[in-house]
Amino acid sequence: MSAEPLVRVENLNVHFQMPRPHLLAPRPVLHAVDGVSFEIARGRVLGLVGESGCGKTTSGLALLRLVAATGGRVLFDGTDILALDAEAMRGMRRHMQVIFQDPYSSLNPRQTAGDIVRAPLDTQGVGSAAERAARVDELFALVGLRSNQKALYPHQFSGGQRQRICIARALALTPDFIVCDEPVSALDVAIQAQILNLLCKLQDELNLTYLFISHDLAVVQHICDEIAVMYLGSIVEKADNAALFENPRHPYTRALLSAVPSRRTPASATRIRLEGDIPNPIERPDGCRFHTRCPHAQARCRTEAPALTEDRPGHWVACHFSNELDAAADD
Amino acid sequence: MSEAQEPTVPPVRFDDPADVPEVRWRVTAAMFYGNKAAVLGIAVLAAILLVGLFGPLLLQADPFAIVGAPLTAPGELRPLGTDYLGRDVLAGMIHGTRPTLIVALSATAFTVVIGLSVGAVAGFYGGRIDNLLMRITEFFQVLPPLVFAMVIVAIMGAHFMTVIIAIGVTTWTNLARLTRAEFLKIKEREFVLADRAIGVRDSRLILRVLLPNALPPLIIAVTLQTGLTIIYEAALSFLGLTDPDIMTWGKMIGLSRDFFFDAWWSVTFPGLAILLTTLCIALIGDGLNDAFNPRLRGR
Amino acid sequence: MNTGAGDRPVLEVDGLSVDFTVRKRQVRILSDVGFSIGRGETLGIIGESGCGKSMTALSLMGMVPSPPGRISAGRILLNGEDLCAASESRMRAIRGRNISMIFQEPMTSLNPVYTVGNQIAETIRRHKGLSGADALAEAVDLLRLVHIPAPDKRVSAYPHELSGGMRQRVMIAMALACEPDVLIADEPTTALDVTVQAQIFDLLREIQDARGTAIVLITHDFGAVSEMADRVIVMYAGHKIEEGSLDEVSDDARHPYTQGLLRCMPEIRARARERRQPLPEIPGVVPDLLKGLTGCPFASRCPSAMDRCRELPPSFALAPQRAVKCWLADASAAPGEQPA
Repeated sequence: MSAEPLVRVENLNVHFQMPRPHLLAPRPVLHAVDGVSFEIARGRVLGLVGESGCGKTTSGLALLRLVAATGGRVLFDGTDILALDAEAMRGMRRHMQVIFQDPYSSLNPRQTAGDIVRAPLDTQGVGSAAERAARVDELFALVGLRSNQKALYPHQFSGGQRQRICIARALALTPDFIVCDEPVSALDVAIQAQILNLLCKLQDELNLTYLFISHDLAVVQHICDEIAVMYLGSIVEKADNAALFENPRHPYTRALLSAVPSRRTPASATRIRLEGDIPNPIERPDGCRFHTRCPHAQARCRTEAPALTEDRPGHWVACHFSNELDAAADD
Repeated sequence: MSEAQEPTVPPVRFDDPADVPEVRWRVTAAMFYGNKAAVLGIAVLAAILLVGLFGPLLLQADPFAIVGAPLTAPGELRPLGTDYLGRDVLAGMIHGTRPTLIVALSATAFTVVIGLSVGAVAGFYGGRIDNLLMRITEFFQVLPPLVFAMVIVAIMGAHFMTVIIAIGVTTWTNLARLTRAEFLKIKEREFVLADRAIGVRDSRLILRVLLPNALPPLIIAVTLQTGLTIIYEAALSFLGLTDPDIMTWGKMIGLSRDFFFDAWWSVTFPGLAILLTTLCIALIGDGLNDAFNPRLRGR
Repeated sequence: MNTGAGDRPVLEVDGLSVDFTVRKRQVRILSDVGFSIGRGETLGIIGESGCGKSMTALSLMGMVPSPPGRISAGRILLNGEDLCAASESRMRAIRGRNISMIFQEPMTSLNPVYTVGNQIAETIRRHKGLSGADALAEAVDLLRLVHIPAPDKRVSAYPHELSGGMRQRVMIAMALACEPDVLIADEPTTALDVTVQAQIFDLLREIQDARGTAIVLITHDFGAVSEMADRVIVMYAGHKIEEGSLDEVSDDARHPYTQGLLRCMPEIRARARERRQPLPEIPGVVPDLLKGLTGCPFASRCPSAMDRCRELPPSFALAPQRAVKCWLADASAAPGEQPA
């Protein structure tokens, strides 16, 4: 890949100071995101998958500066946005937008749909009043809403229509990059397909770049070019779509893939069963974060954290024994 | 920007729910006027205001003048009777309307401005600012408000303005805490994040996004607060800490309190006036709240 | 697994309808729903939000919120006893003992101020009349049954001290306390992560094999149904629009809605060939029941809608326990009546 990536995240950290359990105790630290790095080329879609609490949403919000990062760099088109002052960041927001999971809480109940979609234009002072009004009509058409619905309030729309309003708002400033945070998880299956198709169509037409955050592997496989799997704040595997689904290499990725119930292969017999739950991110296990649930864990995994290494072109994995496991899987 | 995709139209068209766009202020107004209690509240409050404005011109009597025997029961000459000094209760009520309303509304406005600002800033920014503002709020809360108000009046003198300031300064804490709690809750909602993502400035977020969503409980608190300020004023009057030259409803109650069993009228009528005013404000607040809430429309 | 083939079904529902009074109007939330489940069998009820699947569950439990709702027609026979005719006190005895339910969100379904042991023991005490100590001992056994590690310690934990998966296990333990004949699982894994979801399915299957419990699995996720169910019913706008075995519905869906639903779900594929191809959509949205529907509720979104769909189709039986509520399945249809 020769061109400079549109988004480049280097060693991003988001640590939260938690309240002291008692007066004299030190403040526990929650490592929500711990040393995450990735890059996204213009016009591509990177999927960030993982289970709840793995830090995928926090990563997405941190790289838009909607959550304060505690370390690392986020280069957007070459500019480190974490270093920008507030006013410069405000201008930068034209280029990067977000779509949230819950279309019920992501729209202000006291604003009409038209006002919501116009708000980015008003805020950033784009065009004259007439131009903004025309742009809102254009956006409504683009996402498949009727322009006579502008005067309606969010509660008068269905979930799928609300998500369309959110998408229109995100597109208003013609951004280059959109963080899609579980954009279809809260929707019914029939509506999920409508919204996924819309996101794909818009990406193709407008040459958008997405960071697509989801826990749903089927959705991620459908829309993403590249996929990073997160576990307890760190990326454990990163590869392009085909490589990850055809040849998953981290034990966690394999377990995740085999746990998804599927219509065609109800493979409860061949499923990799993980014991226990995801550990508490305040008291993370030492060594490899996954060793407490890993069926292949050995002594080394308990003490030494594996680094994310690119041991095959484009396929990054953080596991001491990925090569041995590959060999075993081939047998 | 290309046209929208071809909408998929089923071969046979059945019901298509038509969405009727609504004109906002008209719907809001219609909603408000549809609320009979709120309209009644407006009507009665308007009447009270008219009495406050023009009453003293029509009944040009000195409310402090002794016009008859003390504790005269309501009758033909004195429709509401006289108090323990023989002052006309009706004259006191009418001449007391304007000062009472001015004190109540000004002190409430004072409370609202301080309470909302402190609560909004503390809730929105959190962290150290929140900590500092909340400690200050607690300082004001632990002082007994009446005693504190007395101190202020004692230092600054018993003028009309000092009474307003004294009441305002001591009663803003409840509103500040309530505002802060609402802001903390609403701040977490994703639409606030979405607005930050488009670059909305903090001041606009606070005033135009968070505040409207925090309003329902605040409006109720403010209407109650208005009633409370009238009572506070009464308490200060009772202690003789208000301007002695101005008659208010609170002062009438405060002064005549001991004569309730001998002359119920001297206390009951000003009391009813306070109750009625507070009730009207509460009804109007309730109506406004419903009218501005888009969710309740079309029901 | 399916031992109920020849036996009399544990639960039979026949012509169940539920009406709600909304703004002084009667709205039919559930229309003429019928099914039966044998011992050890799992029935999946699938549909989108608002299709009536949760209302079906509440009807079975005798917990339709009333007012505004009421069961306006139909019978629910549990071991031959009609629950619709049962008194409230009789229903209280049946709930938890003969039929019990687990919910989607285990955090809000558990009482935060009591330990999980207390909550399980309470159920046992009420239905079995055991003493406090015995009931608590049995609670520990139940926690062990649902594979909660260190059950003798966890029995005195409060709900917030447990993870989501653990809480759902506690809910299952509570539901199983009196060895019910029927367990209703309403979206039991929707709030859980996939790896934990797989554990819960394993647990439900294990318990079903050991005790022969009949399970009604209510979900919007066809993957979950494929994993668990023997038979499936598909619901739409309060109607049971299709019924059949898992394979019949999955491979040979007859109702256009079922077909659309199956097609539009992205699924993990071993090869990424078809990636980014637009998913087939079902256009439009679920109809508003408040607006009063006539005819087939799916007609306005149906690619095969025809004039006849202005009239509500009956449920056409294709075979025993295989039915479709669609005019397309009408064998007697005139040849001219084909979709436009």
